[in-house]
Amino acid sequence: MIDTLIQGILLGGYYAVIACGLSFMFSVMRIINLAHGSLAVAAAYGLWLLASTFGISPFAGLLIVLPVMAVAGWMLQRYLLERSARGGALLPILTTFGLAIVLDNLMFEQFGADTRSLAPFIGSLSYDSWELPGGIYVGKLAVMTMASAIALLGGLQFFLSRFALGRAIRATAEDPDTAGLVGIDARKANALAAAIAMVTVGIAGAFLGMRATFDPYSGGPQLLFAFEAAVIGGAGSLWGTLIGGIVLGLAQSLGAQVHPQGFLIGGHAVFLAMLFARLFLTGVPFLGRTGFSRTGLPKIRAALRSTP
Amino acid sequence: MTLASNGISIERWTRSSRLALGGVALALALFAIAPLTLGAGAIDRMTALFIYVILAAMWNALAGFGGLVSVGQQVFFGLGAYFTIRLADTGLNPFLALFAAAIITGAISLPLSFFMLRLKGGEFAIGMWVISALTHMLVNLDRLIQGETGTSLISLNVYDINTRRVVIYWLALASMAALLGILFALLRSRAGAAIQAIRDNEDAATSLGVRVVATKRLLFVLAAFGIAIAGALWLATATTFQPKTYFSVQWTAYMIFMVLIGGIGKFEGAILGAVLFFVIETFFGAMGVWYLIGLGATAVLFSLFLPQGLWGEIERRFDLRLLPVGYRVKLPGPPKIQWNQ
Repeated sequence: MIDTLIQGILLGGYYAVIACGLSFMFSVMRIINLAHGSLAVAAAYGLWLLASTFGISPFAGLLIVLPVMAVAGWMLQRYLLERSARGGALLPILTTFGLAIVLDNLMFEQFGADTRSLAPFIGSLSYDSWELPGGIYVGKLAVMTMASAIALLGGLQFFLSRFALGRAIRATAEDPDTAGLVGIDARKANALAAAIAMVTVGIAGAFLGMRATFDPYSGGPQLLFAFEAAVIGGAGSLWGTLIGGIVLGLAQSLGAQVHPQGFLIGGHAVFLAMLFARLFLTGVPFLGRTGFSRTGLPKIRAALRSTP
Repeated sequence: MTLASNGISIERWTRSSRLALGGVALALALFAIAPLTLGAGAIDRMTALFIYVILAAMWNALAGFGGLVSVGQQVFFGLGAYFTIRLADTGLNPFLALFAAAIITGAISLPLSFFMLRLKGGEFAIGMWVISALTHMLVNLDRLIQGETGTSLISLNVYDINTRRVVIYWLALASMAALLGILFALLRSRAGAAIQAIRDNEDAATSLGVRVVATKRLLFVLAAFGIAIAGALWLATATTFQPKTYFSVQWTAYMIFMVLIGGIGKFEGAILGAVLFFVIETFFGAMGVWYLIGLGATAVLFSLFLPQGLWGEIERRFDLRLLPVGYRVKLPGPPKIQWNQ
């Protein structure tokens, strides 16, 4: 039982990594990117390609894939999302959904239906574990994922609160017009936010590939997991995403103990239960208004006032 | 046409729309007698076309008029098929089961709406997908379905294959005509004015006292019911039920494609989109994965460069309204100068 709980919590680390980009993009641009999962899978394929053809370890491969993802995020915002967002709030949903279909099928065309994994390229890391007192084993990779999640969320928080660019992004998230008045280029801030989000998606893709297998159509389920973790975590702060991920991971691990199909059912059911509870207890929907900037709102105001 | 005193007229029916309605009636009559001349393959394809029109019109009702973009509408498609199997298993006539299943699915969508309609925009879109994924898993748990192996609508086998084909064709045609008729009547009714107000500006509609949520609920339930009929009909033509095929997000992808290229929020647009999709599928469907890539890319391009779709463009260019669901104000022409000689 304790073993299940620990595995569930550690699984939450992965969900936090994949959810933070989705949640971040939503809070800044009010766009839910339906190609989120497919982009993570694309990053995983990128790493797999580098590893299997050039023998580059997935960790070194990230040095190539992450900059590519950043550029992809920048272009995604500049050429697709910016344009479609002008057509109303609903159009980006359709645009990114179309993009997901294109990506999924392009990957299928390129890599076929075989499932792939990055596990063969990371040596013994994929199955190494530490033994805890009481005969409980925790996988090194799972612990590493959790540590990365915490580092990623902390780093993002630090960047958003301490750097001028981070503050520009938060100000744009809060009110793009007012941010524009004080000399912040909202287009640039949004494109930068999309680039950062895609870097987190690239990291999520790496962990997806290392901890499990993936195929060209894995993007859909990953999008759902990311969305569920982000919603369960709710508004508030980046750390909510971590809690959301852990709740989702726990629900899935416990569900799997009950029934072979319980893994997915448990996750979806807890997500809906959380949604239900929050809707009827507080009446507030979930991804919330500007989740990432709420805590720092006074700071943004101060920043805006002090900007010449 | 109502003529106001200042020369401004309000028009609803125009000459072209009267002709169009006559054309629709004629087309339906021709479709009804078509099985007498069509071969088996053609009848099956036409049945598929009718089902596509239903799917497009229902998704358009929800997204185009209700402003509710869902990527989980496959849940109703799957449930329509699943309940048909379930009901037929109890001994109900399979053709009756099709419609009973749709009614059950519509009934289920009502309590679901109280929950889902509180979500906004993208949250509603993916939230519906989660509902669909969960429902898919739960249907898999039913022993009758045998997990992903699936099962068949065996009770259809008592009918002769040719009779069966034509009956399903007629049922699909009648369902399509009825659903389009209901939607058309609804959009032209008092509720229709509310629906179009919501489509144009939800906040403004609320401030005018439009009952936004109740109106959206009506569309949500109608779409669930219509898509369930489509799913049940699809099951009747395919006879096999594999949960994975019916609860596939691909169905919603098709719906989005049809409505986007036809014209979102246009009654005629969804029909045009379904016909175009049918033609594209007929010619390029065999290309497999590139066909799907093409569909996705076309959807992206339309959403970026022609968000009003082809019908929106036709309306704009030619000032044409075939099946008008709104009213239009027609201003008098430029004043004629009277020369006093």
